[in-house]
Amino acid sequence: MQRGEQRDEVEMLSLMLLIRRFEERASQQYQAQKIGGFCHLYIGQEAVVAGAVAAVRDDDYIITAYRDHAHALARGTSTDACMAELFGKETGCSRGLGGSMHFFNRQNHMYGGHAIVGAHVPLAVGMAFAIKYRGEDRVTLCFFGDGAINQGAFHEALNLGALYKLPIVFICENNLFAMGTSVKRSTSLKQIVDRTEGYDIPGEIVDGMNFREVRDKVAETVDSIRKEPHPAFLEVRTYRYRGHSMSDPASYRTKEELEKYRLDDPITRLRAQLTREGKLTNEQFDLLDKHAKETVLASVKFAEASPELPLEKLYDYTYADGAVAAGRLAVSDRARAADMAVTTEQKG
Amino acid sequence: MREITYRQALNEALAEELERDPNVFLMGEEVAEYHGAYKVSQGLLERFGPKRIIDTPISENGFAGLGVGAAMVGLRPIIEFMTFSFSLVAFDQIVNNAPNMFTMSGGQFNIPITFRGPNGPAHQLAATHSHATENFYASVPGLKVCTPATPRDAKGLLKTAVRDDNPVLVLEAELLYSSKGMVEPPDKELLIPLGKADVKREGSDVSIICYAQTVPLALKVASQLEEEDISAEVVDLRSIKPLDERAIFDSIAKTHRVVIVEQDHPFCGVGAEVCYRIQRSIFDALDAPILRVSQEDVPMPYNERLEKAVLPNAEKLIAAVKQVCYA
Repeated sequence: MQRGEQRDEVEMLSLMLLIRRFEERASQQYQAQKIGGFCHLYIGQEAVVAGAVAAVRDDDYIITAYRDHAHALARGTSTDACMAELFGKETGCSRGLGGSMHFFNRQNHMYGGHAIVGAHVPLAVGMAFAIKYRGEDRVTLCFFGDGAINQGAFHEALNLGALYKLPIVFICENNLFAMGTSVKRSTSLKQIVDRTEGYDIPGEIVDGMNFREVRDKVAETVDSIRKEPHPAFLEVRTYRYRGHSMSDPASYRTKEELEKYRLDDPITRLRAQLTREGKLTNEQFDLLDKHAKETVLASVKFAEASPELPLEKLYDYTYADGAVAAGRLAVSDRARAADMAVTTEQKG
Repeated sequence: MREITYRQALNEALAEELERDPNVFLMGEEVAEYHGAYKVSQGLLERFGPKRIIDTPISENGFAGLGVGAAMVGLRPIIEFMTFSFSLVAFDQIVNNAPNMFTMSGGQFNIPITFRGPNGPAHQLAATHSHATENFYASVPGLKVCTPATPRDAKGLLKTAVRDDNPVLVLEAELLYSSKGMVEPPDKELLIPLGKADVKREGSDVSIICYAQTVPLALKVASQLEEEDISAEVVDLRSIKPLDERAIFDSIAKTHRVVIVEQDHPFCGVGAEVCYRIQRSIFDALDAPILRVSQEDVPMPYNERLEKAVLPNAEKLIAAVKQVCYA
């Protein structure tokens, strides 16, 4: 087993830098109208996913909500595939069919990318159910925001996870705001972690701006789960520097508040820790950053040059067993021709 | 062939699929220790154990989602809703997560899940417990929907649904659980493909298109009409999606007259889609406008007399048939 402490911290700092530079570039490309729809950036929260991923095995399951670029990158999805997805291209990690909120990477056990708040928490419980069903020692990490904790699906999922004693870590990335509504205005409790008491699930508060603390807490939790399957809950306190999405100027919070968190920046903090311990020089850091920027810039070029899914493949991703939609199965050639005519008409 | 009930047929289908594939499990409210609210899962807990026959709390949204998540990593869940009226609590999981995953992931995650349970009006259960959900779900790309009306179809369609690599809804007919019919013996594999209608009775004057609880109604009416020298062909759709257009068109090519009798509501109901497809593809074959018999467009009343008035019945169906036959 690959224990958390053994993951190279410089490598994880490099991942955090890559996430930040990716998000900055995504922001710029969004403003340049190369990216459509909604786009939620992870800037400020990098230590959460980096710390968690550093603490688990590559075959453990990861699933998250719509602020998901970082989770895909942390699970080894290339910046090319991520940027191409934002551009809606066939080379994207979801072939351009999912977009910003629906990044998937089956091979690397990243199970999305889910955009209905709280609705993926039951999915995560189902993945943990499958682990126990098969008698495996994997663990599911389920990320969600503070906004999810007031959804019915969340509560049902926590109860099911506890009832069936499933191997899952519920990781609440508490960035203090559900869109524009602060936790104080959305949640009846003084602290989110107390929600877990109602489900008899052990919960802890973690400093999400501190990579090492996240990693160590997740590692400790996951170790305990591997010994005896059970759910656990971590309220990871973090902060997003940007608005909820690209269209949000975040006028519901003060500049002072943002500055306070910026001073506690997770990348700066890990960098300082490593520098102080003689594990990283300024030159090395600059090199890592330069590499991250170049990689991301190259991914924009890749995305731009990539093809879109051809229209002929429109129906290829609706049913797993055929290239035609169910409404078109087993119809006469004449009817099929009529269907095509109607479709063409609608397009026109 | 031997005669068994619709309920037994479903039970056999479940047992055979659980036996065949260790990735199949059955989950839902009261499915294990209570043996199912309608006793469809009778004996399965004893045979397959609590690991595979799993009681849930009353959390449809939660356990439907659990099933979708388990399917993402390769299990083949069968999720029972005590009735499809309760599936509406899990609408988000059935509509947003199960069918969209394959598309949203660019084909990486198909969801081989079966949602099953009784659907459609029963008897004096009033508005919240009488939903016919087939038209809601059939309108969602990525879902398949079937509506067995006989024990044989129930068994064959459920087994096919469990083996399908997509989310499939098996909408069982609440009023037909105790009905009997001939089914192949258990040692003979019975699989009925999705998207294949079945001509339940041949006729030459008019096609009655039906499914689920309207199939026995259509057969009864066809017998009555025979006495009046009207030969009705009864086409049981069996699957709403995929829809077997060919079977519908073949029947109409013969009879030139159609009545669709459905158990859902008229507005945007299944019959509306069938009508559209008929007129689009074989308009010239029609000798009369298509008529539909459905529920009245009101929430289901509890009062028995009013409930009867809301539902499709023999009187309404006979009147519609006579109208299209100008009889």
